[in-house]
Amino acid sequence: MFAKPQFAHFDTPLPLASGAVLPAYELAYETYGRLNETRSNAILICHALNASHHVAGTYENEPDNLGWWDNMVGPGKPVDTDRFFVIGVNNLGSCFGSSGPTTINPATGKKWGADFPLVTVEDWVDSHARLLDYLGISTLAAVMGGSLGGMQALAWASRYPNRIKHALVIAAAPNLSAQNIAFNEVARQAIMTDPAFHAGAFAEHNTVPKDGLTVARMIGHITYISDDQMEAKFGRGLREGLKFSFAPEFQIESYLRYQGEKFSGYYDANTYLRVTKALDYFDPARNYGGDLARALGSVTARVLVISFTTDWRFSPARSREIVKALLDGDKDVTYAEIEAPHGHDAFLLDNPQYLSVVRHYLNHIEGAGA
Amino acid sequence: MITRADFDIITSWVPPKSRVLDLGCGDGSLLRYLADSKQVRGYGIENDEPSLIKCIDNRVNVIQTNLESGMKEMADHSFDVVILSQTLQAIKHTEAVVSEMLRVGRGAIVTFPNFGYWKHRLQIGLAGKMPVSDDLPYQWYDTPNVHLFTIHDFEEFCRQRGYRINNRRVLAGDNEATFLPNLTGTLALYKISAG
Repeated sequence: MFAKPQFAHFDTPLPLASGAVLPAYELAYETYGRLNETRSNAILICHALNASHHVAGTYENEPDNLGWWDNMVGPGKPVDTDRFFVIGVNNLGSCFGSSGPTTINPATGKKWGADFPLVTVEDWVDSHARLLDYLGISTLAAVMGGSLGGMQALAWASRYPNRIKHALVIAAAPNLSAQNIAFNEVARQAIMTDPAFHAGAFAEHNTVPKDGLTVARMIGHITYISDDQMEAKFGRGLREGLKFSFAPEFQIESYLRYQGEKFSGYYDANTYLRVTKALDYFDPARNYGGDLARALGSVTARVLVISFTTDWRFSPARSREIVKALLDGDKDVTYAEIEAPHGHDAFLLDNPQYLSVVRHYLNHIEGAGA
Repeated sequence: MITRADFDIITSWVPPKSRVLDLGCGDGSLLRYLADSKQVRGYGIENDEPSLIKCIDNRVNVIQTNLESGMKEMADHSFDVVILSQTLQAIKHTEAVVSEMLRVGRGAIVTFPNFGYWKHRLQIGLAGKMPVSDDLPYQWYDTPNVHLFTIHDFEEFCRQRGYRINNRRVLAGDNEATFLPNLTGTLALYKISAG
C-alpha cells in the first residue's frame, strides 16, 4: 500500500486558544481505504509528539519510510482499511508538512520560525474539524490516538460531540502531572539554552540547536520506556569496559545519545517547544473547577480507554481518571488495562491483547464498510 | 454456569432503564440481555483478558479492573442495582464486597451455588469428600471458590448486618426449588438492600 501526502489549504482564519489568529494555513494529511457512499466509515488518527500524518504504508519512492502506526492501520489490520477510510493528519505547529515554524509565513514571505503561535490540543482539534469539512465528512466513525493523540481524541469527543461516534483514547491522561511538566521543562531548557537556539531564530543564523534537541530527546526517551524494560535491554552493560572518561561507556548512554542525535537531525526545535507546551496546557477540567466529569459532560461518543501497566509517563491511574469521569457522567465507556512490559511506548508496539481489543472494538462499529 | 433460568430471574428484578453494575461480568451476556430486554444502562467489571474481548463483542461497557477494588472510586448509590452472579463464593473479602455493593448500589443481586444442596451433603457426610457437582465443578485443590456457604448461612449473614432481603428464589437446575430449598436447591438468588 503506497501512501501519498496531500495538502489542504485554508483561508478562513483560525482563532487560537492563546487569542492569536492564524490567518491562513495548510494541513498535511494522508488517507487510506475508501470513503463509503454514506460517508460514515471515516476514522481520524491523531498523532503524538514526534509523529506525523504518515500513519501507514510506505511511499512509492521511499520503500523504507513506513508509517508510524503501520502495525495498527492497514488492510486486515486492527484498523482495517478494507472497511474504514482512515485519515492521518499532521498537526499545526509540526515540522512535517502542516503550517508550522518551518513553513512560510504568508505575511512576511519568510519561515515562521519563533513567530509561529503557540497552539493547543483544542486548536488542533478545531483545525481537524475543518479538514473534515474540506473532505465532505460530517461525522467520524471514530477518532483515535495514543499519548498526545489520545488527548486529541478526548478533546474531539467533548468539543464536537455531534461529529464523532467513537473515541479511542490510548495511553493518555486527563492532564499532565507536575512531574510530566517538569520533564518537558527540562527538555525545553535544554533547547533554549543551546547557544545555537538564538531565541528561536536559528534558521536566520544558518544553524540548528542540535545539542539542545539531542538532550531534549534523551530526556523524553527515558520517560517512554519502563525501568524494567531499560534494565532488560541495557542493564549496566558496557560498550568496551570502563575507560574512566566521559565518553559513553554504558550501553544506555550510547543508546540515548544515538536516539537524541538521530532526532535532532530531523526535528525542529521550535516545534518541540510548541508541542511540549500543548501537552502542558491540556487540561479539559480546568474550566470546570477541576471536575473532569463535568468537562466531559458533552460527550455522546462511546469511548474506549486503553492503558499499559508499566507506563509511568501516563500511568493506568491517569487513564482510570478518564474512565471514572465518563462513568460518573453516565457515558458509554470501556476500559482495557493491557499487561505490557514496555512502558509508554507500548501503544506503538505489537501486544496481542492490545491489538485484539482495538480490532474487536472496531469490528462492532456501526456504519462501517467500504 | 449462568443458565437462561437465572437470567430470567435476575432480569425480572432489574427495573427497566435502570443503571446496573455487573461485577465479574464474564462475557457480558447478562448485560447484553438486560440492555436488549430492559433498556438497562449497564457497566461490567471484569479482569480476565479473553472475557474482556467477549464483552467488547457483546457491545457492553466493560471496565478492566479487580472487582474487589474496582468499586472503591465509585460514588455512593451511583447504580440502581449491583449484580454479583455466582462469584461471591470466590471472593476473599466477602463482607467488604457486599458492603461496597450496597454502598455503590441502591440494591444488590447476589447469586451463589448452595453448598447445602443434598448431594453436596451426601458427598461430605457419607463419602467424606469435598463435593463436586454441576454447580461446584472443581476439585478441592483447583477450585476458585474460597468461601462455600449455604442458603441458611447467607440469610444469617444478612440478618446480622441488617441487610433487607427483598427477594429470594432458589433453583434446582432449571426448576424452582420450593420444598426445603436449602436441601433441594442448587443455586440461590437474592435481591438485597441496606436495611
